[in-house]
Amino acid sequence: MKDTFDENNARKAWMSLLAKALEGRVATLLDATMARPGFDWLRAPEIGSAMVRGRAGGTGAPFNLGEMTVTRCALTLESGEVGHAYIQGRRKADAEAAALVDALMQGQSAEQVRSGVLEPLEAERASQTSKRASKAAATKVEFFTMMRGED
Amino acid sequence: MYVAVKGGERAIESAHAWLAEERRGDTDIAELSIAQIREQMKLAVDRVMAEGSLYDPDLAALAIKQSRGDLIEAIFLIRAYRTTLPRFGASKPVETGAMACDRRISATFKDLPGGQVLGPTFDYTHRLLDFKLAADGEVPEAPTRETVPGDVPHVTDFLNREGLIEEAPQDDTPPPDLTREPLEMPADRALRLQALTRADEGFTLGLAYSTQRGYARNHAFVGELRIGAVAVEMDIPELGFAIEIGEMTLTECETVNQFKGSKTEPPQFTRGYGLVFGQSERKAISMALVDRALRWEELGEDNVGAPAQDTEFVLYHADNIQATGFLEHIKLPHYVDFQSELELVRKLRREAGADQVPEAAE
Repeated sequence: MKDTFDENNARKAWMSLLAKALEGRVATLLDATMARPGFDWLRAPEIGSAMVRGRAGGTGAPFNLGEMTVTRCALTLESGEVGHAYIQGRRKADAEAAALVDALMQGQSAEQVRSGVLEPLEAERASQTSKRASKAAATKVEFFTMMRGED
Repeated sequence: MYVAVKGGERAIESAHAWLAEERRGDTDIAELSIAQIREQMKLAVDRVMAEGSLYDPDLAALAIKQSRGDLIEAIFLIRAYRTTLPRFGASKPVETGAMACDRRISATFKDLPGGQVLGPTFDYTHRLLDFKLAADGEVPEAPTRETVPGDVPHVTDFLNREGLIEEAPQDDTPPPDLTREPLEMPADRALRLQALTRADEGFTLGLAYSTQRGYARNHAFVGELRIGAVAVEMDIPELGFAIEIGEMTLTECETVNQFKGSKTEPPQFTRGYGLVFGQSERKAISMALVDRALRWEELGEDNVGAPAQDTEFVLYHADNIQATGFLEHIKLPHYVDFQSELELVRKLRREAGADQVPEAAE
């Protein structure tokens, strides 16, 4: 049981990273890493939506906040691994690249794909996030109390 | 009633061709790209996504370009597009407590864990026209500072610890969805929040302002306002686990309002809640005020007959697409309707003997 759990966690992490990647980025990194393997579609890329929910008061009962666009697809590599993609936006080519990466991560070339695609993606994301966070930090208010001249 | 009438095809085609030309404007001026609108008209894009109820900045930017900047028309385009999309599922409720905050302020506590972070705000600007923007110019990079790791908890969390404020206990009842079933009364809070988050900003602002001016006053403080990115996680049935399917900017407002208490319960603060797509703090604060006003019944308050307390009035008039659809339809041909009215008024005038007047004038 524990193994499946850990395996799912690792896969969840890379699929989440692929879902949020900037347009064209996964395809560029993948093509720079290796020649794309042959595959068959299980589900050709399809554009749809997901209803996003929030909670009343941030923690209470859920409510429907509105939808977001999502592209999904699924494919099988010639070597048999099945790759899925659910990514943000309307990006069929990116969904194909993401599903290929998902499938490749389950096979022989996992290490190559990890260092060629996932690690650069993660680094780019971390740098964007920390850049924004450091700009926000510069707008943090430092309060100071003025001496009152009453005594 | 309007009936199908043939004719006018050539006029309509010419009108649309002229519309396309007017949309483009003077061709000596460079054309706007979708990316320019997305990056430089971001708050308009955010409003179109919030009221169009579909988070997709590129589509919202396209809609703004197509509508020549008429945001309600752009929202209409987004709503129409949204109905063509198959829905893959519903996300888990977003964790706003884990938001990567660009902005986070509290009007109730000066010193709070995570601090007061102003973010890219118009607040404290002088509201004087900046003529430097009329000329091309490089923008200097915003200053940065080392970040201090640590949580940015919701302000209400620490008021809760003292029992000073009503709790919002977690509950996993699947929420009703007004895009799937018609909006019917009575509307529970989940349905009201869905309607309010996509409601017209101007209408919501006006109602919220009316509560501040005394129509169902509930004296709101902005306990917390936060803007930033949250991950959206959804269960994927074919995988058997949840993954993040994207990330979005949200604005969240929690108000802290005056007390509720009873013989058995000591007084405690009550809450209003606003959560909106994009950076839309005017809308989020307005939503929280109106949400709080609509909660009068569950909080045991009096109905003072204020518009902001009337759920039916608020929810049935808050949607600008419904409103504009009905309002604007009266400009379309009503020739048959009007013909019958004409005949009626002529008959009434004959009966009153008024039809002799023109003859007398001859």
